[in-house]
Amino acid sequence: MYKILKAEKLADKIYLMDVHAPRVASHCEPGQFVIVKIDDKGERIPLTICDYDREAGTVTIVTQVVGASSEKITRMQAGEAFRDFTGPLGCASELIEEDMESLKKKKILFVAGGVGAAPVYPQVKWLHEHGVDADVIVGAKTKDMVILEDMMGKVAGNLYITTDDGTYGRSGMVTETVKYLVNEMGNQYDVCIAIGPMIMMKFVCLLTKEMGIPTIVSMNPIMVDGTGMCGACRLQVGDEIKFACVDGPEFDGHLVDFDQAMKRSQMYKSEEGRAMLKLQEGDTHHGGCGNCGGDN
Amino acid sequence: MADMLKKVPVREQDPQVRATNFEEVCLGYNQEEAMDEATRCLNCKNAKCIEGCPVGINIPEFVQRIKEGDIESAYQVISESSALPAVCGRVCPQESQCEGKCIRGIKGEPVSIGKMERFVADYALEHNIQPVGAEKTNGHKVAIIGSGPAGLTCAGDLAKLGYEVTVFEALHELGGVLVYGIPEFRLPKQKVVAKEIEKVKGLGVKFEPNVVIGKSTTVDQLLEEEGFEAVFIGSGAGLPMFMGIPGEQGNGVFSANEYLTRSNLMKAFDDSYDTPIAAGKKVAVVGGGNVAMDAARTAKRLGAEVHVIYRRSEAELPARVEEVHHAKEEGIIFDLLTNPKEILVDENDAVKGIRVVKMELGEADASGRRRPVEVEGSEFEIELDTVIMSLGTSPNPLISSTTKGLDINNRKCIIATEEDGKTSKAAVYAGGDAVTGAATVILAMGAGKAGAKGIDEFLKNK
Ligand SMILES: Cc1cc2nc3c(=O)[nH]c(=O)nc-3n(C[C@H](O)[C@H](O)[C@H](O)COP(=O)(O)OP(=O)(O)OC[C@H]3O[C@@H](n4cnc5c(N)ncnc54)[C@H](O)[C@@H]3O)c2cc1C
Ligand SMILES: Cc1cc2nc3c(=O)[nH]c(=O)nc-3n(C[C@H](O)[C@H](O)[C@H](O)COP(=O)(O)OP(=O)(O)OC[C@H]3O[C@@H](n4cnc5c(N)ncnc54)[C@H](O)[C@@H]3O)c2cc1C
Ligand code: SF4
Ligand code: SF4
Ligand code: FES
Repeated sequence: MYKILKAEKLADKIYLMDVHAPRVASHCEPGQFVIVKIDDKGERIPLTICDYDREAGTVTIVTQVVGASSEKITRMQAGEAFRDFTGPLGCASELIEEDMESLKKKKILFVAGGVGAAPVYPQVKWLHEHGVDADVIVGAKTKDMVILEDMMGKVAGNLYITTDDGTYGRSGMVTETVKYLVNEMGNQYDVCIAIGPMIMMKFVCLLTKEMGIPTIVSMNPIMVDGTGMCGACRLQVGDEIKFACVDGPEFDGHLVDFDQAMKRSQMYKSEEGRAMLKLQEGDTHHGGCGNCGGDN
Repeated sequence: MADMLKKVPVREQDPQVRATNFEEVCLGYNQEEAMDEATRCLNCKNAKCIEGCPVGINIPEFVQRIKEGDIESAYQVISESSALPAVCGRVCPQESQCEGKCIRGIKGEPVSIGKMERFVADYALEHNIQPVGAEKTNGHKVAIIGSGPAGLTCAGDLAKLGYEVTVFEALHELGGVLVYGIPEFRLPKQKVVAKEIEKVKGLGVKFEPNVVIGKSTTVDQLLEEEGFEAVFIGSGAGLPMFMGIPGEQGNGVFSANEYLTRSNLMKAFDDSYDTPIAAGKKVAVVGGGNVAMDAARTAKRLGAEVHVIYRRSEAELPARVEEVHHAKEEGIIFDLLTNPKEILVDENDAVKGIRVVKMELGEADASGRRRPVEVEGSEFEIELDTVIMSLGTSPNPLISSTTKGLDINNRKCIIATEEDGKTSKAAVYAGGDAVTGAATVILAMGAGKAGAKGIDEFLKNK
């Protein structure tokens, strides 16, 4: 059993937890994820590692309610435990594999949408600890949906918050802020890392492709085992089929077939689930990434 | 008295009834039937059947004990050579192994070794008869990667010799393919697999699930930092293959691994579990092995009309004869000498059909099987909503790519010797599907045994 040491609400339907999982904590790197299973009858649910403390043996996860299992996770309290907590899975972010000298010369832009701020955080933090300060855009639907602002502010070079409805920070979608930084501020980025709902990543990639900025995205397709055994997580990347759980989850965003990936993630959308998502349109499903424009 | 030319028939669930449930198909012998069947064994001096068994069970000996009604000692004979007899009795391809060599088979049917083995093993499970373990540990620590048949056997054998064994398993359940691949209706999970694993635990073996070697820790770290003196890799052949035809990314195309994992490991067939499965109304399973039969029979039980699409003819079907026979009885349709060209999808990428071509058998290829060639102009379409690809698997590179000095061959299999499982890296042994590619339970167990022997010799001489 893997005990929850802390459980905290960050925003509507978004919760943060610290979980005791020493093996994962001792080996994980930014960009990787875990698979959790609540109890005997639970699903295997992939969640990105948002932070970790090797000494305390803890891993931080941030969960957004989108369906039955994520709802169950967020109802768990400190003191309760997950039956299973496996990881770290997937590959570490490419950035941390890079040569430090060349990395230090790079100008890096992170674009986080909604709960995507969680997987972006450990990467920004890691860079900060290694003397690289990256620009970070965090997008949310509305003021109450902005998460991890304080934590992110401490490790980001410049932090830009934007909300769809303009209730906080800049107004409009994350892509507007990207345009602002590049076109108006004249910033030249060597690489962009975009993490959030697929629809957001798709639009960021369309824009950065035009701008000629290489872009990395973190894909979150449906998964079962997370070890490369089932093939459920397969994606079309360029002319290759890749398994997100072992080849990813990060890929060259300009090569990913987002339309296909979005259709594949609908596979288990039951009629009932669809109804529930319709009801809560925007708040949960689209994660308030500031880039709604289609059914993800 | 048994008919000397024929096996004592085994009771099975009625095909019509069982095609709608996940209960075990074959009900097995009772003691009377087993004792009856035992009288057919000639107790040969030069028992060919033993040669056919990859772990060399002393078959005539255990059969004699059954004949005498001493089931407990029959079990002790079997457990000298096999750690999972209740599993092997059910899933071994006996017709090409022990029973394939039986003298009785020359004229008439061979002795029903598998069914008798199953009876003895089930009896032992029911009566809680334990294999004999080591008296005390010898203080040497060995790590085993993977809790499939190879890993379990290696762990059991080493524990019997007094080693302190820890098995690391990536998934949340123990058993490898026995829990995630082979369905409940062929191999009950609680009644058989879990209990066999309990026995291995009873020998003092420790299990750590949720540890992915190569990610959660590495082989080198097990050896250098965690105090293990040797490692056995029994990580199986997990990566599914696809055909590379158009439409394969469509919604409703699954690997057999995914379909079976959802149903077996995650129990998606049972509504009280959270994991969903898109069962399909009309399903095509592409392939002809055991895995294809299991996927087809699972889909049938989930309510679908099921077609098995296989490019050669019935004679070449690689599945066990019993599975093909059971599948047919349950109403699975075999579209033989047929090969997929394209999967057809609608505007939402959902599968709506499959375009196939007829095949005929041409010249024999290197494997001696006649090679299927396309019949020109014979393409046609079948309407359906689900396609399950069952084309085989290849070993997962997670371990080989993170272990210094561990050699693999061009099929990504770990290179290890057959006699003792030795790899190119000192203190590291391997066996089972990770070495051979997808094979059988009993061969994996044989490799686990060989690995245990190799590790024991290595550590004794260190
Ligand atoms: C590598 C990886 C990392 C992830 N990291 C996080 C994370 O840090 N925090 C977090 O909250 N979630 C994360 N997810 C997504 C999370 O796993 C899913 O939201 C969860 O599995 C949904 O389960 P459920 O039973 O609650 O919803 P379900 O009932 O399974 O699904 C509800 C609906 O949501 C949709 N859906 C399913 N999966 C996703 C998905 N991945 N993205 C968007 N919509 C989906 C489906 O269409 C479905 O109909 C990650 C996924 C992956 C693969
Ligand atoms: C559907 C199906 C039906 C079959 N039917 C039959 C049959 O009827 N008769 C028969 O004889 N054979 C059958 N087989 C084949 C047989 O099951 C396999 O040959 C056998 O299980 C191989 O055993 P193994 O121990 O080598 O590997 P596996 O059983 O595959 O076990 C490997 C284990 O290692 C774990 N693992 C992998 N990587 C790691 C890692 N990095 N870290 C930790 N753990 C890891 C896996 O999760 C798995 O649990 C069937 C196979 C399938 C898939
Ligand atoms: S283990 Fe398999 S091959 Fe050996 S005797 Fe038993 S059924 Fe036959
Ligand atoms: S070969 Fe057949 S008859 Fe002879 S000992 Fe073996 S099982 Fe009995
Ligand atoms: S989740 Fe099964 S292969 Fe990636």
